[in-house]
Amino acid sequence: MDTILKATSLNKSFGPIHALFDANLSINRGEVVALIGDNGAGKSTLIKILSGVFSPDSGSLQINGTAVNLRRYSVRKARSLGVETVYQERSLGEKQPLWRNVFVGRHLRNPLGFIRVKKEKEMTLAMLRNSIGLKGVGISADALVGTLSGGERQGLAISRAMHFNAGLTILDEPTTALAVGEVGRVLNFVRSIAEKGNSALFISHNLHHVHEVADRFVFVNRGTIVHQCTRAEMSVAALFDKLEQLSMAPLTPDEQR
Amino acid sequence: MNKDNMHALLSKYRFQCGILLLLLGLLGLFLYVSPQTFLHRRIYVAFMSTIPFPTLLALGLTLLIVAGELDLSFPSIMVISGLSFATVSQTTASPFLGLLAALVTGGLAGLINGVIVVLIGVPAIIATIGTQFFWRGASTLLADGLALNMTELRDTTFHHVMVGRLFDWIPMQTLWCLAVAVLFWFLLNRHIFGDDVRFIGDDINTARMMGIRTDGVRIGLFVLMGLVSALASVMVCLEMANWWPTQGEGYLLLVFAAIFLGGTSVFGGQGTISGTVIGSIIIGILEAGIISAGLSGYWTRLIHGLVIVISVSLYAMAFKSRRR
Repeated sequence: MDTILKATSLNKSFGPIHALFDANLSINRGEVVALIGDNGAGKSTLIKILSGVFSPDSGSLQINGTAVNLRRYSVRKARSLGVETVYQERSLGEKQPLWRNVFVGRHLRNPLGFIRVKKEKEMTLAMLRNSIGLKGVGISADALVGTLSGGERQGLAISRAMHFNAGLTILDEPTTALAVGEVGRVLNFVRSIAEKGNSALFISHNLHHVHEVADRFVFVNRGTIVHQCTRAEMSVAALFDKLEQLSMAPLTPDEQR
Repeated sequence: MNKDNMHALLSKYRFQCGILLLLLGLLGLFLYVSPQTFLHRRIYVAFMSTIPFPTLLALGLTLLIVAGELDLSFPSIMVISGLSFATVSQTTASPFLGLLAALVTGGLAGLINGVIVVLIGVPAIIATIGTQFFWRGASTLLADGLALNMTELRDTTFHHVMVGRLFDWIPMQTLWCLAVAVLFWFLLNRHIFGDDVRFIGDDINTARMMGIRTDGVRIGLFVLMGLVSALASVMVCLEMANWWPTQGEGYLLLVFAAIFLGGTSVFGGQGTISGTVIGSIIIGILEAGIISAGLSGYWTRLIHGLVIVISVSLYAMAFKSRRR
């Protein structure tokens, strides 16, 4: 199968803490993968390496089959290679209008760097109508992000990734702190990423949401990937049992040091 | 245009409308109280010769404040750049070289601020208090505390281009200032640099996550402020035909007042160029209005204070910016 991202034996330490230890992960095109693990298991270290925030101490990364130079890898570089991260917060500028948020860092511009505002506003409006489903009266590309609900913000950030045709969208806890009705919409957004043939890496504490949306589950524990299985192999109840079993497991002699 | 659009447009520009009304109201009041002064061209020519200097500074500072930074050292950057201008134009007899020297000095001083704040990590308010003392002290020391006379520049073409009187009445500094305002408007509203500035001021972590090169943009803003300060200083030197070691000292708080009066948010992320220009004009005409109304000069500070506090309170109520 066609692989969009392949990370091999990633290691990362923060001082004496070995946050990530020989982590291997590969994600196929058109697949939604869920990253499951307790707090402090290493999930967020892993996604921060994949999205270019942290640089790993060792390991290698391939995107679209091409090896990435991890020394020169950054958020900017990741985005240009089609790896886009949607954080729970920090993905949108609260006091900025929607159109600026859609195009931030990637404005349509003339050779002098001036922004093609009219075109961007039109494209933003089209995006609001078609993919996010914000059809309410008065919704405009000039509305400030601060006026959107939590689900609408996630929707905007995810549609932005889809608009720029991100090969891999990393979603960090996208359903936390959302109203019940909005969770369903966000999960639909995540599914629609896969329907368009792109991939998503989904991090959530809510195993019900994870089970509803992901094709494959990857368990992270104590800084490494300990177990993987597909949705067909595991029920929601089995997911809970597995997670609990992992967090209760005794430390190996190596870890006790 | 239907009613909804009209309403949206009005609410989008409600702050600009508000501050414009304040300016017109003040002008109306001054016209009513002292028509003998405010019905004549002379007072407006006087305004056009003095208001552009603080306005230029306020324009540069607006961009910094939108990015969530600030600069308290610009009056001192003015004085050290002005000294470069005076010295170089006197030794080379070329005021144009003097201008270049001033811009280099101002740009370097801005770069130093940027490096201290962005790369070393000292908060801007502290770093620029420090550099403010340093440049003021350095200028006084280098000039032995004495003013430099620059009357020999009065009849040069350079003087006419920078601060001359177009058609024998419009001060050139007004045109320069308007040109800078237009340039900065495009920069803030239509250029990717301004877009980066807005997102940095909004939330610098978001800006980083969106791949904006925040360090470079912030340092660039400090350099820009240095360049603007240098330009303002050269114009003040030419207008007054003099450089003196306390140049620029009175501008600091008035410039900040003009910016906040213009509706730029102290929390960063939002600000308007038009608001800053109108705010600067209001601050600039208050004193003349008060004096020509027959009040003593002692009233000016009090009325400055009232206008500022009342208008920013209105903004706070409109923006609901109380910290919770």
